Amino acid sequence: MHKAHRFFGEKYGVTDTDLERYLAEALSAGSDYADLYFEYQASSSISLDESLIKGISQGVSAGCGVRVISGERTGYAYTDDLSSDKMLKAARIAAHIASGPARVTTIGLSEREIPRNLYPVVIAPTDVDLAAKLDLVQRADKAARAYDARVTQVRVGYGDEVRYILTVTSDGGVSGDFQPLARLSVFCLAQDGKSVQRGFSGGGGRVELKFFLEEKTPEHFAEEAARQAIVQLTATDAPAGEMEVVLGPGWPGILLHEAIGHGLESDFNRKKTSAFSGLIGQKVASELCTVVDDGTMPMRRGSLNVDDEGTPTTKTVLIENGILRGYMQDKLSARLTKAPLTGNGRRESYAHIPMPRMTNTYMLAGNSVPADIIRSVRRGLYAVHFGGGQVDITNGKFVFSASEAYLIEDGKVTRPVRNATLIGDGPTVLKHVSMVGNDLELDEGIGTCGKDGQSVPVGVGIPTIKVDRLTVGGTGQE
Amino acid sequence: MDELRQLAVDVVEHARQHGATAADCVIREGSEFSTTVRMGEVEQVKEAGSKALGLRVFIDHRAASSYTSDFSRAGVDRLVSSALTAARVTSEDPYSGLADPKRIGIFPGDLDLYDEDVTKLETPQMIELARKAEKAAFAVDPRIKNSEGASFDAYEGRKILATSQNFVGEYSRSSCSLSVTPIAVAGEMGGAGMQRDYWYTVSRKFSKLEDAEQVGRRAAELALRRLGARKVSTCQCPVVFDQRAARTLLSSIFEAVNGDSIYRNASFLTGKMGEKVASELVTIVDDATMVGGLGSSPFDDEGVRSGRTVVLDHGVLKSYILNSYTARKLNLETTGNASRGMAGNPGIGPSNFFLQAGEHSPENIIQSVNNGFYATEFIGYGVNVVTGDFSYGATGMWIVNGELAYPVQEITVAGNLLAMLQGISMVGTDLEFRGSMAAPTLKIEEMTVAGI
Repeated sequence: MHKAHRFFGEKYGVTDTDLERYLAEALSAGSDYADLYFEYQASSSISLDESLIKGISQGVSAGCGVRVISGERTGYAYTDDLSSDKMLKAARIAAHIASGPARVTTIGLSEREIPRNLYPVVIAPTDVDLAAKLDLVQRADKAARAYDARVTQVRVGYGDEVRYILTVTSDGGVSGDFQPLARLSVFCLAQDGKSVQRGFSGGGGRVELKFFLEEKTPEHFAEEAARQAIVQLTATDAPAGEMEVVLGPGWPGILLHEAIGHGLESDFNRKKTSAFSGLIGQKVASELCTVVDDGTMPMRRGSLNVDDEGTPTTKTVLIENGILRGYMQDKLSARLTKAPLTGNGRRESYAHIPMPRMTNTYMLAGNSVPADIIRSVRRGLYAVHFGGGQVDITNGKFVFSASEAYLIEDGKVTRPVRNATLIGDGPTVLKHVSMVGNDLELDEGIGTCGKDGQSVPVGVGIPTIKVDRLTVGGTGQE
Repeated sequence: MDELRQLAVDVVEHARQHGATAADCVIREGSEFSTTVRMGEVEQVKEAGSKALGLRVFIDHRAASSYTSDFSRAGVDRLVSSALTAARVTSEDPYSGLADPKRIGIFPGDLDLYDEDVTKLETPQMIELARKAEKAAFAVDPRIKNSEGASFDAYEGRKILATSQNFVGEYSRSSCSLSVTPIAVAGEMGGAGMQRDYWYTVSRKFSKLEDAEQVGRRAAELALRRLGARKVSTCQCPVVFDQRAARTLLSSIFEAVNGDSIYRNASFLTGKMGEKVASELVTIVDDATMVGGLGSSPFDDEGVRSGRTVVLDHGVLKSYILNSYTARKLNLETTGNASRGMAGNPGIGPSNFFLQAGEHSPENIIQSVNNGFYATEFIGYGVNVVTGDFSYGATGMWIVNGELAYPVQEITVAGNLLAMLQGISMVGTDLEFRGSMAAPTLKIEEMTVAGI
């Protein structure tokens, strides 16, 4: 039995007989499908500011969401009280979506074994003594301040959580998961008498605390945040208008997330509200582009053993050599469009209805040497770090904001430019990709994606690429 | 005293007995209902109630917090002990602590935040309203061929706050909203040539919601207006912000006057108190005492009595927006804007934060522009309040000779907030609250539009 299955039994007295009763109640009004999503979350966070530990916060929450599907209709209810009467009440409310005699009955529950663990932590981050975490944020503060005397403000945040998840479906499947997540972030301000500028860096994943001691240290993130703020001190206004844009490797993969990722989530395509609707098999990118969504990468922030509907995650090819191959599915859309499940049914918590969501989305490496890519640009923008992005999936227009970018003049990276938003068209932007580097990098584990008010952790990645035409939204006059 | 109110008081007392020198406890309980109708059919119905409790403790000037959804005796014991354990290892910060006792209190008037009618709404009635709104959108034009649906949402909740200064207060709130997102299609369904837009109505009172059909029609007109949108050439030009776009601008200004940004020198408005930072047409107010306001409350999340703060008065910076902590850091008085979730120290939030209406009708403002951009929606995260740099993806209409000539998309609008505030040359009469932040139509004399 998975430890999450055991956990809800021991801590809340939820037995398999109870689970069957709740499902039977959820199915009582004649729906096609029902599932239960039990979640227990424990989290802690530490904030350091002005070299002081200003706050520590710890908490627990637990609850269960009951979903009932009848055709295209979803009924949903949740409760933060796992007692039988409250669970049955939630099941009854969710069941209202259907009207008729029960048609489906559960066929006896059996636990689905997941033959892998992508995040086998020995000591969960939430079980580590506070002192060790305090040391991380203090080290980051010290390193950022030591980087340059012009660094005047440093804020460091550390947060971790563990979740016990138990998904029980009316087709008899019981899936458990234990999901750790930790993150360290550093925000700096640098000041030189003329201007104040900011820098930000952070990362983590489904990792133990030792990740921050051995792989990505507090000093690594601190120096990166400080470096960005110092670079910005000499930045000038970004240019405005269409030009060649080179994206650096790693986090700039947010381009893929916004420009094509959301548009390939199957709910939008089933409803034909996406600019990518009906484009399967068609060319949507240059043949240099192969893009995948991969929920199976060990320790990654966007990875899951099973998605939030109990489906094992997979690696899904979205675009192969420029051709659109597939969408990312949750159970509802997969069933309605008769497509195979891809393990992309995710939700923020037990209080939320699952939707098709991305996991780790990245472009495969190409053959170009990054230095050659830059050398090929006469006049353009080299963008290496980004803040957030957004997309209008219906008309396909997307934006993402560069937080560190440089001008390229005659094949050379010259001077830094200030924050600029880049805007483009999802279904055509990748057709203008003319070079793909051999330097694929994944981001360091800081991304959070929002959709319909639900936030989930995700990852992105990209090698250095050149886009022949993208609109840069600065103020600079040419 | 009822059970939850007593629990809040007991938790504070419990923390005191176990070593806290001060503490406060917030309890929230509420229920939500939402339904979505799409293409005339019910797509989703969601209903639930939830509760949570957050505790903040101080040991002298060291702070920590904890939260739980488990209200049992054992759950509360764990909550108190974990907060106190943490408070023993945080840093001594002389500025931390509860609010100034002189400012603690409850706004005496009736703010009319709770409407029983919202709690009595029946599911079929809410579904019917959503259906009616979506149907009205489809009826406007045959090119409205698709929809992301129409949603009706209702919420009611109660918040209780108890502090070790013997403050205990509570209030209940309700809200309901109806929104529609139709899709206009120029040619075939799916693929290129589709445009969506949305419109909505929201209120604390059911009777104050706008007519469902009117909401649907407005949404359809907005989506239809976008069909055939194109890029324009990069240029400098006047930009008119409609109410929604102006609200995005206002939210950036809120971040810039937020005490958290100010004391860290992380705002372009730091150190500019008393200076004229905007055109004299600009007056910005934060008012927690508006009757029925979506941002109103009788006290803030530290128990500070609600009030009204003039932030910009005819362009002159008069006040920042503060909680107790940032007020002490800046040697000022709190403006009663403490806002907290269950975890962590209180942050700062707007109450009803708005830019006062001006003299010009929106039509007049558009007519005043020969060649410029009318922005209706911004996308992205394009503001840096440290420097004031502003650069958003935008959608809207191009203005030619005082008229909305054609739709525009895939462009950016950029400038610097300080120059933008000073460049506001017309302010509309059309201030309407559809949330806790609101601004009328605005015109800024010159910004950079980047396109082709």
